[in-house]
Amino acid sequence: MDDVMLNQFLLLSAILFSTGVYGVLAKKNAILVLMSIELILNAVNINLVAFGAHNGTIVGSVFALFVIAVAAAEVGVGLAIVLLIYRNRRSVDLDDVAQMKG
Amino acid sequence: MVLAADAFAQNVFFYVIAAAMAFSAIRVVTVKNVVHAAMYLVMVLAGVGAQFILLASEFVAATQVLVYIGAVVVLVLFGVMLTRAKLGQDVNLTNDYWWLGAVAAVMIFGVMAYSLLDYYGDEPLDTAGAESQLVDNTGQVSDAIFGQYLVPFEIISVLLLGALVGAIVLARKD
Repeated sequence: MDDVMLNQFLLLSAILFSTGVYGVLAKKNAILVLMSIELILNAVNINLVAFGAHNGTIVGSVFALFVIAVAAAEVGVGLAIVLLIYRNRRSVDLDDVAQMKG
Repeated sequence: MVLAADAFAQNVFFYVIAAAMAFSAIRVVTVKNVVHAAMYLVMVLAGVGAQFILLASEFVAATQVLVYIGAVVVLVLFGVMLTRAKLGQDVNLTNDYWWLGAVAAVMIFGVMAYSLLDYYGDEPLDTAGAESQLVDNTGQVSDAIFGQYLVPFEIISVLLLGALVGAIVLARKD
């Protein structure tokens, strides 16, 4: 416990990532699925910044900033789509959006 | 990472924040109330910002707070409000195949944890470049963004503009 290890950041990010994967697979409220995607993207950001610090380069932080920008765009469009689904179907339950089911 | 004497304090802060983050992340996907899930998401995002500060990337930490906690969570809460999620208990948030998702998540975590522990083991966070980064992190980030990564930065600005115009077009009532 004397040294800060690279692995503790990577394992924390693995926990966040798996939790997000569970949320995406198991939740049927569309907004909760979007929140789980945010968890996954944050796990990636921790990895990027940790490896950047480990390798002594600033590039990890730069890519984390790009990921944050893309995540902001993603959540904007995603919530607009969820809003459209709600307007058309009066529900954000993803199990109800099954017209393409054969 | 910074000085050997600080490593113990850094570890204490890391594990306290990491425990809070893991707890909150699990609560995000298990709590039965969408607004509470958003509040736990704030805890996770603030924890991620704190980890960025522990990694000496204060500019990313500030951006994390501004963009995620300031904008994304507010957007999510607007989404909750506009889709009129039940504000009390809502037991019907998990689908019938949630256990398959749990198995998949546990397996993914198992594989990642095994390979990370196998490959990196007890490797300490390298301090070689960290000290020079620590001096002027924000300045180095801006040098990189407006130098080597100028074209991706401009492209991402256009992407953000396009996405926001698209979101307005999708969401407005006509």
